[in-house]
Amino acid sequence: MSSVAKIIGQRLLLGLLTLFVISVIIFTAVNMLPGDFAQAVLGQGATPEAVAAIRRDLGLDQPFLVRYWSWLSDMLRGDLGTSFAQANFATFTGNESQAGATVMAQIGPRFENTLFLAGVTAMIAVPFAVGLGILSALFRNSAFDKGANVFALTSISSPEFFLAYVLILFLAVLNPILPSLSNIYEGMGMGERLQRTLLPALTLTLVVTAHMMRMTRAAIINLLASPYIEMARLKGIKPMRVIVRHALPNALAPIINVIAINLAYLITGVVVVEVVFVYPGIGQLFVDSVKIRDIPVVQACCLIFAAAYILLNLMADIFSILSNPRLRHPK
Amino acid sequence: MGERLLTITDLRIEGRADEQWIPIVNGVDLTLDKGEVLGLIGESGAGKSTVGLAAMGYTRDGVRIAGGSVEFDGIDLVNAPLMQKRALLGKRIAYVAQSAAASFNPAHKLIDQHSEAPVRHGVMRKGESEEDAIELYRRLRLPNPEEIGFRYPHQVSGGQLQRAMTAMAMSCRPDLIIFDEPTTALDVTTQIEVLAAIRDIVEQFGTSAIYITHDLAVVAQMADRIKVLLRGDEVEEAPTRQMLEAPQEDYTRSLWAVRSFKRPAKPAPAADAVPVLSVQNVTAGYGKATVLRDVSFDIHEGRTVAVVGESGSGKSTAARCITGLLPPRSGQVELDGQALPLDYRNRSKEQLRQVQMIYQMADTALNPRKTIGEIIGRPVEFYLGLRGKAKRARVEELLTQIELPPGEFIDRLPSELSGGQKQRIGIARALAAEPKFIICDEVTSALDQLVAEGILKLLARLQDDLKLSYMFITHDLATVRAIADEVVVMKDGEVVEQGPKADMFTPPHHPYTDLLLSSVPEMDPDWLSELLAERGRDNLGDAAVGSMD
Repeated sequence: MSSVAKIIGQRLLLGLLTLFVISVIIFTAVNMLPGDFAQAVLGQGATPEAVAAIRRDLGLDQPFLVRYWSWLSDMLRGDLGTSFAQANFATFTGNESQAGATVMAQIGPRFENTLFLAGVTAMIAVPFAVGLGILSALFRNSAFDKGANVFALTSISSPEFFLAYVLILFLAVLNPILPSLSNIYEGMGMGERLQRTLLPALTLTLVVTAHMMRMTRAAIINLLASPYIEMARLKGIKPMRVIVRHALPNALAPIINVIAINLAYLITGVVVVEVVFVYPGIGQLFVDSVKIRDIPVVQACCLIFAAAYILLNLMADIFSILSNPRLRHPK
Repeated sequence: MGERLLTITDLRIEGRADEQWIPIVNGVDLTLDKGEVLGLIGESGAGKSTVGLAAMGYTRDGVRIAGGSVEFDGIDLVNAPLMQKRALLGKRIAYVAQSAAASFNPAHKLIDQHSEAPVRHGVMRKGESEEDAIELYRRLRLPNPEEIGFRYPHQVSGGQLQRAMTAMAMSCRPDLIIFDEPTTALDVTTQIEVLAAIRDIVEQFGTSAIYITHDLAVVAQMADRIKVLLRGDEVEEAPTRQMLEAPQEDYTRSLWAVRSFKRPAKPAPAADAVPVLSVQNVTAGYGKATVLRDVSFDIHEGRTVAVVGESGSGKSTAARCITGLLPPRSGQVELDGQALPLDYRNRSKEQLRQVQMIYQMADTALNPRKTIGEIIGRPVEFYLGLRGKAKRARVEELLTQIELPPGEFIDRLPSELSGGQKQRIGIARALAAEPKFIICDEVTSALDQLVAEGILKLLARLQDDLKLSYMFITHDLATVRAIADEVVVMKDGEVVEQGPKADMFTPPHHPYTDLLLSSVPEMDPDWLSELLAERGRDNLGDAAVGSMD
């Protein structure tokens, strides 16, 4: 086991290093965005003095490296900073405590919602896609296989909003079994929350299924010419068991990696679906913050997205390693 | 004996190639009685494995039974529904594959794979089957029978896996086992142990078997009857002793004759001659493991030094040290009395040119996307700076040297060539650099005997014409007998014996050389029994286990 622990340790360190490099890229890129918060807020009536005052207040006049360092060190202490927009708002209302003004307060509940949606989607999509992949590998080149492929490719090729409206049409308008609005809020019961999340989750399932299903099918079929598969067949094992017991365990590594990429997409790339269903996720917040140049929020979102990608890929790596008996049980 | 178990009549099998069905087996008849062992012998492409699988009612993808019948104990396996066939496979007919390492599923423990067939076919419950597995492991003389089944395939050596696979085939006590070249991938000393184990257990349970192999001496030990196949046709069939003593057909006799190719050793070099290549006290390894310990040997101009030993003995590592792919930890390699830089990156083009290599698997050693002309032309251009017409002329000359008509081959791709032709291209590529010294790494072990003999004769002729020196890595002592002038015997990374070929093949030997020599199967049906009696069972077991780890 020590070799596995060592590999995992290495991957963790590598993940942290990647995150650091990404933080530099994010900070640089966000700083290169045209315009700044002061100008965006003051609009057409911006006088140079007012702009300079706001910039000074927010520390935007400091040199680049100083700003980066203070952002990074705050970040390491778990302080995501103060939202420009909310800070401003707080001064206007005389609420000096700034309790609602931190980036954390902005992102926290939104991110929870995003994770909830991603989780519900994953619980439907992963078993569905892998199961469909196994079945289409089992009945390869049959009508079922072709049908499953056409279905998966059609749904991945259609725009997300289109899939969303089709589902709304069938499941909310023609057969009103699910609500078409997913405006969930804090304190909502679990059942209701689930019910409202189901339509966006189904839409996203249609989007991510194709990739996972086709990888499962390809990874399994790739192994069917192996001598140990032939051996299993020559032992008189039934085709389903040949695939599930003999092919699948050896095909896990590529499947796990594709699942990880799709889960990361669910956390970072679902703005369109959020907009269609009015779902209060992190995607909408991110787009709004870019619009008004609320830099701390934008940076924090970017960093969360990057961390999600790195973490999921790291987990995929670890599970792939664990799926290899050579590494789990060294000689 | 006497009761008929399997009858194959006029079996015709076709394989799909380029959108066409091409015959692979053209009407083979075969019968097998209960308790009988039939040897099926032929070169690759003879259709032996295809016939063996068809005897189970099974064909690989892209292959179909086009006609004839396969009748197993009254059941027509060609037309039986899938469900009925599946109920027989593993239970009444079992299969032992060539490479146990590839045919055990890497994801599951041996014993779980062992008990799968009995449990699925409802013959035994899991617990019973596991106890039975341990009993079979014991009978097959596997070390630690209680424990070995609970390991994964990668944790067990090749010879042990092959025995575990035989145990697995026995798990439901089938009536018939198809052994498909079960010892081809093993070292000679390991092969003996597996052969003895297979023969005993087949006898103990009175199992019928079809034993497929290309090695006559092996089949002579195992089979009651031998059938010879050539390109999907039956050549002849006879009881083993009769077949060995009086083969009827020319083709069968030519198979027998292959092992007689032998070139006399050249006279010893002058005492003061500078060796072309000298390996001096080389110690090397990968990571923390030391694979070579203080290895020294010389190779003189125009001579062949055979380096023999089992897998893991360090033969190929020695080659990697000479070519500079693996810089040794200590010691040095001299070419014409001049020390070569240890790392190939520090060697001059001239130094690199002098040492060339021919590989075991011509299949993977040739770039599949380059034509033969490009493959051979590359070193011609790189080392000799020839271009255009001069390069093409040189490539054609090289192709003529390796006895392939240039006009026909120069624009072909490797995939259009046979195994022997590919290996010839490998030789031409090495010759293209005009080297003094060539390392031949198991160059004939993937080839059939007749083809291998052609390659050996070609190498011998080229050596005479071009004064080449060879280091010939092999585990096959017949090859050593055929081509070597001197022999270096390696074991566990050390040289245990070296000297002229004549000394090596006449006693007294180093005990390990003795073990190697006596383990080479001979074309005598009593050889295995006599050898086992001579060595005594316990000694044999120890020797084989010791050499495996």
